[in-house]
Amino acid sequence: MAETKALRAPLGLKLGNAAFLAVWIVVALFPLAWTALMSFKAPVDALSANPLRVIFGPVTWEHYKAVWITHGFYRNFLNSLLITAGVVTISLTVGTLAGYALARARSNLAFWILITALVFRALPHSVLVTGYLPPFLNSRELLMPLWDAPILGWILHLFAPVPPTLYGQPWAIILVLVSINQPFTIWMMRSFFMNVPHELDEAARVDGCTHFGAFWRVIMPVMWPGVITTGLFSFLLAYNDYLVTALLLDAQSQTMVPAISQFLNRDTRASDQIEAIAAAVSITAPLFVLVLVFQRQLVSGLTAGAVKG
Amino acid sequence: MKARTFALFIAPSVVLMILFIALPLASVLVQSFYNTRQVFEVVQVENCTPGFLTSVCTTEERSRPKLDAAGRPVLETTFVGLDTYRLLLQPEAVAQALSAGGGGLPALFNLDFYRALRFTLTFTLLTGPFVIGIGLAVALAVNGIVRSLRGPVIFIMLLPFIITPVIGALSIRWLFIGDGILTVALEWLLGRDLSLFAEGWTLEILMMLYRVWHVAPFAFVVFYAGLQTVDQDTLESAIVDGASRFERLRYVVVPHLMPLIVFVTLINLMDSYRVFEEVIGFSSQAHRISLQYLTYSYLTPDETGNRAISRASASSMLTMIGIVFILIPLLVRTWRDHRVTR
Repeated sequence: MAETKALRAPLGLKLGNAAFLAVWIVVALFPLAWTALMSFKAPVDALSANPLRVIFGPVTWEHYKAVWITHGFYRNFLNSLLITAGVVTISLTVGTLAGYALARARSNLAFWILITALVFRALPHSVLVTGYLPPFLNSRELLMPLWDAPILGWILHLFAPVPPTLYGQPWAIILVLVSINQPFTIWMMRSFFMNVPHELDEAARVDGCTHFGAFWRVIMPVMWPGVITTGLFSFLLAYNDYLVTALLLDAQSQTMVPAISQFLNRDTRASDQIEAIAAAVSITAPLFVLVLVFQRQLVSGLTAGAVKG
Repeated sequence: MKARTFALFIAPSVVLMILFIALPLASVLVQSFYNTRQVFEVVQVENCTPGFLTSVCTTEERSRPKLDAAGRPVLETTFVGLDTYRLLLQPEAVAQALSAGGGGLPALFNLDFYRALRFTLTFTLLTGPFVIGIGLAVALAVNGIVRSLRGPVIFIMLLPFIITPVIGALSIRWLFIGDGILTVALEWLLGRDLSLFAEGWTLEILMMLYRVWHVAPFAFVVFYAGLQTVDQDTLESAIVDGASRFERLRYVVVPHLMPLIVFVTLINLMDSYRVFEEVIGFSSQAHRISLQYLTYSYLTPDETGNRAISRASASSMLTMIGIVFILIPLLVRTWRDHRVTR
């Protein structure tokens, strides 16, 4: 569409505009770029008050080696991988089903489920963790009656001789994070399903599909962009979480983000601080790739809830 | 959709939310009225030291944790009513601080709960306008540049938003801590020594700066999407009517974006009320704590390995009261939309 002449900005405004954007780009990028730069320098250069030494000091991979190999950060990486993969898969499976039902239902019940989800979305996570901690720590005693029960107990014995202690169990934390994220997921999924016309499922139903068949064969194929977008946000929640994982996982099953505090609390030597920086950069790198690949989906996800109200 | 199909589709999600959100919430409420602690027993211990002819014996009473048959400490749970809340809110100390000659507000903000409340509310209220303002300015600016540049610019803008909050806070901290590059630059500008991490108010400003840096991209993306749907005809008729650039912004663009501004404000209120990662990233607990951090600190085991569960429950419940106030306008709005669409 051709813009009318009057809408076009005068030169002065254009320059001001560009200058403002340039400043904001520097503000947005500088902390990240500088941190990344510091992680490759020897402590003397990285912590020097002279910025030129930070920029032109010799490059070293030593801190990354120390973090990943000596301090075993790869274990935390694997834990993060397990937790995020679990959360994204389960969250999407459960959330897609619910989102579809909520988008197609006209009942009052659907509305109240959505409202409750909205309230749950606002809960501070510390409140929920307070609720989890005592039962998670004592789950062995709490679940014992189930294991002693006549028939159910026999089935449960096939899986484990005694009830598990949920504290420090990755799969328990996956379920926790899926649930915490569920309110957000179903709202977002619902808004994507609302965009898929009704006529599509009705046509499939007329052709003899069951409700689930219509959902799986006809609706899902056009829903992939929405699924990817929602998956990205589930990924971010699980990957970025500090509070839940710090309190509910033990040292062996700890994910990357809370594990960084071990580098922080120890900074007695100069190289400890740079190791913390290298760990931080390691955590950020996958996110950087994520934005690079999925920028369009991220933007559509951020605006999905807002633009349509 | 039939009720049965609806139930089948929605069941897994609802079961998860009941099991992991509704039930824990109820249990927190109950826990906040109870207190669990170890049972101590008093035992008589006889200490004998060898002496001449007879050994010298002293008997003393010592309290030690009572153990059960399996060797674990015995726990005792008692109903304490609102005692835990009183322990947190410390009404006597508040009355004393606010009475004549009591020290006033500064004394009040020495108490952990009020310190956390004060910081959380200041943080929530002060960051909002900046997030909206900067988000809007950046959206207008990006809308004014060549189309081919917009993609890369949006990519860079998104980075601060997508980054792990703790890591984002840390990366700002590293710019300022000790002889960090920006502290050095500020010292050079002001001509005096600075230690931004030694005082509460400078830390507080840094934490708010971080938050605005982190959330402004979200506001930007939402507003930018909204700008794409501004009605061009209205804009053109405004020009015909002789509206200046500023007037068009004031009377056409901003009213069009108003629902989005309300949306971003509400989301931002909800999220900044939950401020937590900043405290961890800036290690500000000695100077500034938030309500979520208060609960977190009760849940972290102390030197003896005990977690103050009942205190954490009470502070959780008090945090929830604030959330209810923030949610009311949002719920009213959703209810109105629901009435309109039906």
